[in-house]
Amino acid sequence: MKALLFAFMLCATLARADVPAELEAREAGLAAQLRCVVCQNQTVSESNAPLAADMRREIRAQLQAGRSDADVVAFFEQRYGAFVHYTPPLRPSTWLLWAGPFVGAAAGLAALIAVLRRRGRQPVAAPLSAVDKARAERLLNEEALR
Amino acid sequence: MRFLLPLLAFLALAVVLGLGMGRDPRALPSALVNQPAPAIGLPLLHAPQQRLDTAQLRGQVWLLNVWASWCEPCRAELPALKVLATRDAVPLYGLNYKDRDAAARKLLAQVGNPYVASAVDTDGRVGMDFGVHGVPETFVIDAAGHVRLRHTGPVTAEVWRDKLMPAIRNVR
Repeated sequence: MKALLFAFMLCATLARADVPAELEAREAGLAAQLRCVVCQNQTVSESNAPLAADMRREIRAQLQAGRSDADVVAFFEQRYGAFVHYTPPLRPSTWLLWAGPFVGAAAGLAALIAVLRRRGRQPVAAPLSAVDKARAERLLNEEALR
Repeated sequence: MRFLLPLLAFLALAVVLGLGMGRDPRALPSALVNQPAPAIGLPLLHAPQQRLDTAQLRGQVWLLNVWASWCEPCRAELPALKVLATRDAVPLYGLNYKDRDAAARKLLAQVGNPYVASAVDTDGRVGMDFGVHGVPETFVIDAAGHVRLRHTGPVTAEVWRDKLMPAIRNVR
């Protein structure tokens, strides 16, 4: 009976310790994907700004209240705009942002291929005829004799 | 002709980058513009038993100025706010952001109180609802309770004339 009670208590303790660890991991994950709007180039988890501390506290409070990760992100987006996503979400307004570098690289590659092809098509200079060659040699020798 | 294409590409890039030079990278558009203003419901600085009920402000255009006594630009804009809001008869309410009541009252006593009333947001939670990221910020809220404009930074006579008053006149 005592052992059973002990086992039960151990389980209860483990379970209680387990919840904060899981919440903490989710909180850290959210803080790493949200931008601190004061310091702009830091995430909420990296920043020491008071606002970032407030945001971390708010994330924790909302997770403890049972809100999902998506709820928390939506909460901050409603207040601070899409800019709070540290990684811009893929949306029509960010298509250019995401595709731009690849489109630019593809355009550069296409231009390079076009130029190389055109160069490849240009005829190689025809070899000199025997008469021309003899004349060229004569001129060169003349030059050397002078 | 051979150099025209690279020249055009260069000019296009120069124009784009040149326009970027003139932009403030820290300026963020408010996500709240044209959205209903969040409820405040916080105790008043000078009458802690009363609460600021924004629902009662429906039907008029009003300004919400987020301020704190620890913020130097706020201290500097208070006299201008008092003169301008009185002159143009715009109801000005304050949100005292993450401040101590005693320090806030002392500052208002020193430089003059421009607010009809100021709500006390000690932990900055209502400020978060308004998407405040740095004081001072000023919001224009229309008769239907929608945010129409957010100005970040101190209000000067120029900002009042060129930015706030046009927005206020637009929705009046």
